[in-house]
Amino acid sequence: MPVLVYTENVEGKFKKSTYEIVSYARAIADQNNTSLTAIAIGDTGAEELNSLGKYGTEKVLHVSAENLKTFINQAYASIVAEAAKKTGADIVVLSNSFSGRGLAPRVAAKLEAGLADGAVALPDQSNGKFSVKKTAFSGKAFATVELTSATKIISLTPNSYKLAESNVTAAIENFEVAVKASDFAAVIKDIVRSTDKVSLPDADIVVSGGRGLKGPENWGMIEELADLLGAALACSKPVSDAGWRPHSEHVGQTGIAVSPNLYIAIGISGAIQHLAGISSSKVIVVINKDAEAPFFKVADYGIVGDAFEVVPKLIAAIKEYKASA
Amino acid sequence: MKILVCISNVPDTTTKITFTDNNTQFNTNGVQFIINPYDEIALARAIELTDGGNGTVTVLNVGEASTEATIRKALAIGATDALRINAKPHDAWFVANQIAHYVRSNPFDLILTGRESIDYNGSKVAAMVGELLDLPSVSIIKKLSIDGETVTVEREIEGGIEMLSIPLPIVAGTAEGVAEPKIPNMRGIMSARTKPLTVIEPVEVSTLSDITGYETPAPRGQVKLVPSDDVANLVELLHTEARVI
Repeated sequence: MPVLVYTENVEGKFKKSTYEIVSYARAIADQNNTSLTAIAIGDTGAEELNSLGKYGTEKVLHVSAENLKTFINQAYASIVAEAAKKTGADIVVLSNSFSGRGLAPRVAAKLEAGLADGAVALPDQSNGKFSVKKTAFSGKAFATVELTSATKIISLTPNSYKLAESNVTAAIENFEVAVKASDFAAVIKDIVRSTDKVSLPDADIVVSGGRGLKGPENWGMIEELADLLGAALACSKPVSDAGWRPHSEHVGQTGIAVSPNLYIAIGISGAIQHLAGISSSKVIVVINKDAEAPFFKVADYGIVGDAFEVVPKLIAAIKEYKASA
Repeated sequence: MKILVCISNVPDTTTKITFTDNNTQFNTNGVQFIINPYDEIALARAIELTDGGNGTVTVLNVGEASTEATIRKALAIGATDALRINAKPHDAWFVANQIAHYVRSNPFDLILTGRESIDYNGSKVAAMVGELLDLPSVSIIKKLSIDGETVTVEREIEGGIEMLSIPLPIVAGTAEGVAEPKIPNMRGIMSARTKPLTVIEPVEVSTLSDITGYETPAPRGQVKLVPSDDVANLVELLHTEARVI
């Protein structure tokens, strides 16, 4: 039975995290010597759909309808569950993105399937079991979840699986599903995207500021550094609580958990709640004037110094590096 | 307006997480338990929406008797009454089924949870309850207001927000921005002791998942300190050694 992967798009385009989960689902299909089918919903062109083959999708079920152009979790869940039934998939993979969190549990409930949310590694299928490692305690630990149901669903944490190309040709098939009217009870009134900014949960690099920056008026250099690196902006809880930065930038145990390749913390002491949200970062750089700041204990690289002196120097050094590269 | 707020009993955010029994059990020894912070936001918004006698707020917890201190705290903050479904919250599927079963015979206009619990971070219960009751669900909301029979929410999406308008009843998971958590006052604490806290037994639910073990993140090596007058060296290290830029 094939593995089914739900391929999320934004305004018709697949994101890097979508190709990550396709690569991940391909690896699971290989574990089970089976094929990989993708379900794509919305206004996605042939070129985009074909691109799923690059990461190992053999078949794409495409659902396109006027009322399905934008994501409505209730309606999309009905379609993904139908696709799982039609293909006989016993493993369904989705992203643990903001939308994925509204979708995967509904699909799981429809299929009475165990759901391993926030997976960070491939399932372990040894000894006839199906166990998945996931983040727990907001990044302070990992838990291994054994799925005991017939159908198994995994939602993958963004940035936790590397892209892997397998270059197969994807056969694209139109997939028709009758979705009941009540699945469209939620009506989207508006979508506001800050297109000039990198989205925090997807970002490869995150530049984060704390109380050490003394006030919102000092964020100019943080924004400049982030722009230079193509990074997303983040902040600590006291900063968003004080209203210096929006809540959507708050990283930590009660904010967003991130797992970028590079996390640069500036003027953040490293409270346990903040460290929880960033512990999956691959490389951590800390800039803080207090050499005793707990953040240095979990950092890979550190500079002990005043942010107002170090950050402009760092901006200059990166500009120089970029000019020479 | 009748609002149900589903709360979890979770370790305080300052807790250092450790495990026992060969890393198969969470070590609760010395751990202070609190209302899940996101659920506290849901509770605060529910109290605001029913302010001035405009309805009731019921808090629901699926948990064993040890969670009653947390439930009393929710009553002290301002919930009208409380319900404890007397069972260990095995997984989200179990909890969602308990909530859905109760709501089928005790309908509410609005069902709130936090966006996720800070222990297992599943973000699952709200959407599962929605599915089980065939109601709309919105998972991570930053704002919520009600106008007559319609609820307007702002949902967080990657790199933006989405505004949705949905007829009640719905299930919603609240995040920061929906309300400021409320601190109980003395009157609240006194009255919490006498507010009704009903205990009911769970319904039987099939098990779909089990947690079989835990681990803590691998410790990082010693931090490599770069002198503050040699920032260019940091850029060099990030490029050649860490290979992240």
